[in-house]
Amino acid sequence: MIRAGAHRRAAVRRNTARGWLLLLPALAAYVGFVVWPLGMGIQYSFFDWNGVGPATWVGLDNYASVFGDPELLGSIRNAFVLIVFFTVIPVTVGLVLATLIRSLRSGAFSRASQTILFLPQVIPLAAAGIAWSWMYAQTGAVNEILGRLGLDGLTRPWLADYDTALPAVGLIGSWVLTGLCTVLLLTGIGKIDRSLYEAVRLDGAGWWREFFTITLPGLRQEIAVLVTISIIAALSSFDIIYTSTQGGPGRATLVPGISIYRIGFTQSDVGLASAFGIVLMILVLACVLPIQRLARVRDR
Amino acid sequence: MAFSDGRRRSGRSSVVAVVAAGLALAACAPGGDESSSAPRDDVEVSTELTSDEVTLTIADETGFPLTDELAAEFTRQHPNITFDINRDTFQNLTANAPRLLASDSPPDLIRLPTIGDTARDGLLADLDPYYEAYGWDTWSESQLAPLRMDEDGVRGSGPLYQLGLGYSVTGIFMNLDIAEELGIDGPPETLAELEENLATAQENGVLPIVAGDKDGVVNFVVQAAMNQYADKDEFLSWMFNEPGAAYNTPENVRGAELIREWADAGYFSEDINSLDYFAFVTEFSEGGGLFTFNGNWEAANYQEALGDDVAFFLVPPENEGDGHVAMGAANSFAVAANSPHIDEIAHFLDWVHTDPAARQIVVDVTGASPGGDPSLPLPETEPGSLAESALEMAARISEEDGQVDFMANTTAGIYAGSIIPESQLLVTSQITGQEFADRVQAFYESEVGDR
Repeated sequence: MIRAGAHRRAAVRRNTARGWLLLLPALAAYVGFVVWPLGMGIQYSFFDWNGVGPATWVGLDNYASVFGDPELLGSIRNAFVLIVFFTVIPVTVGLVLATLIRSLRSGAFSRASQTILFLPQVIPLAAAGIAWSWMYAQTGAVNEILGRLGLDGLTRPWLADYDTALPAVGLIGSWVLTGLCTVLLLTGIGKIDRSLYEAVRLDGAGWWREFFTITLPGLRQEIAVLVTISIIAALSSFDIIYTSTQGGPGRATLVPGISIYRIGFTQSDVGLASAFGIVLMILVLACVLPIQRLARVRDR
Repeated sequence: MAFSDGRRRSGRSSVVAVVAAGLALAACAPGGDESSSAPRDDVEVSTELTSDEVTLTIADETGFPLTDELAAEFTRQHPNITFDINRDTFQNLTANAPRLLASDSPPDLIRLPTIGDTARDGLLADLDPYYEAYGWDTWSESQLAPLRMDEDGVRGSGPLYQLGLGYSVTGIFMNLDIAEELGIDGPPETLAELEENLATAQENGVLPIVAGDKDGVVNFVVQAAMNQYADKDEFLSWMFNEPGAAYNTPENVRGAELIREWADAGYFSEDINSLDYFAFVTEFSEGGGLFTFNGNWEAANYQEALGDDVAFFLVPPENEGDGHVAMGAANSFAVAANSPHIDEIAHFLDWVHTDPAARQIVVDVTGASPGGDPSLPLPETEPGSLAESALEMAARISEEDGQVDFMANTTAGIYAGSIIPESQLLVTSQITGQEFADRVQAFYESEVGDR
């Protein structure tokens, strides 16, 4: 018995060692490409450094600059406005579309609509930004359509107008993310037990009742995933803005991603850029972690 | 998506570990040693071109074929020297330049619009020994001054760190077809006359100034106005980062305010902030308006698009007979301090400024002035062509000593960080000329002050 026990313990040890061995490549990649750069970023954020020459320790000065600069704070505000367009709109529209598609008889039409809705997700965001900036131009498709509809009064250079620029770039994000939301929510709906729907229907529930008592609670986890990734996309957005407005007009569409890039690579102020990057990371975590907690609590 | 408690705890502890590691790292400073700039006085320079097989590397921006053609001609004349030219977009190249120069195998020659910290970090070769060896002192000193930087980071004096492959001059292109329709018979002689022409165009439903400001190019117009009012040396001292220099002078404010008035009067298109450089250049090429403010580098393009219906002239001064002031700059390149081929690159740079075939290529490809000794014969241009008047204007501005740098070159970050967004606000009348100048100055101080 003793020998058998020792044997088992040795086997467990061997298995643990083997487990770590299997984990090693992923761990090395994670440490090398995530943990290490993050540590470097934290390190840089305490220095005044141009990326090449000698660095000077400045303590928390860079962080003070981030919170004392109205321009940088404005870019954070813009990023929060983008959450409406990157998260609220795609998830809401995705929910509606997924429920509608579910009620369609599965066939060519339902498959085609899924594919069409998902297509924007395949296009690189940078390309979407460029294509949309053409459509938003004074002579672009958006104004042309408005003109044809007799709504000439509404036409404007959408990305050059201070009031419409931020919503306009935000809608590019909505356009990209709605497909992802719809498809993911549709898969989620597919997993909901059919008998639950039959049960509420027998109880005489209508569409709304069915949606709120069965569909929505059943999709809680999918929604949590979508809200998480789309909030991250909104707060750390870069490519759409960079290719469509570069933060303009004025600073109407300036977001932290653009500011960090400029400060770090154009102004060569690596310390300040790192500090802003760390602040942005903390902001993202502060928004995303409560959502994780909410989803977990409601799971029980 | 719900994490188990165990994973949550380990997640939290790994965040703690990362922060701790970061703080531990923070104790030691990143980056290089104190300035390692190698003085080149003790270095033997040779003006004799090597007979060894050498491949020179050049890092240049995309869309400008000048280096390709110069390299081909140089290799034709000196078959033992070949070139390897890498291109990247202007923005990527300028953002990466310090890291490229600091790498183990830097490009021998690199397109570098602003010297910035690179000289102080010891990344650029001091070209003064070659200046003496080749006798570049006969070249226009006002053209070379912006390419020098002293140890305090002030341009205008100190070692020579850059040379131009062509030297630009800016002015106004006028669509002669439209001008004739409007009854405008020649280039304006004063700012007031220019304004009259703008008003005439506006009244007749013609766009007075074709300009774009998505990427800040309306600043050709903004600075053109400031140039006419400002004290040139005072303005230059700011662009060269001299201590205490100011941008928000009454003269500059007056220039900025003039542009705001023009914007209010509808002299620019309504969607100016969504038009980038390419868009407005195309618009003018297609006859989209009366004037456009641009540089001699577009002369060949406009000539091709508009034929003989286009003229190029310097921005007129405030009062008739005053000297002209125009932005102009070297299409500046720098030599990496760590390049093993500095002698060869210097020879190539000297050749670009002195060899008749090279000077011809510079003019043919870019329309820019080839620089070098002003007593050298100018390359041939077609009589009556835009290229010819572009060269004339360049010669005239150096004769009148009226060249100033582009304010976008003042510091590395000022263009994207301040001048572009503030000018977008200015040309849509969201801020006044005073606010424009004050804000740019504040940004300037934040960038220059912490050096």
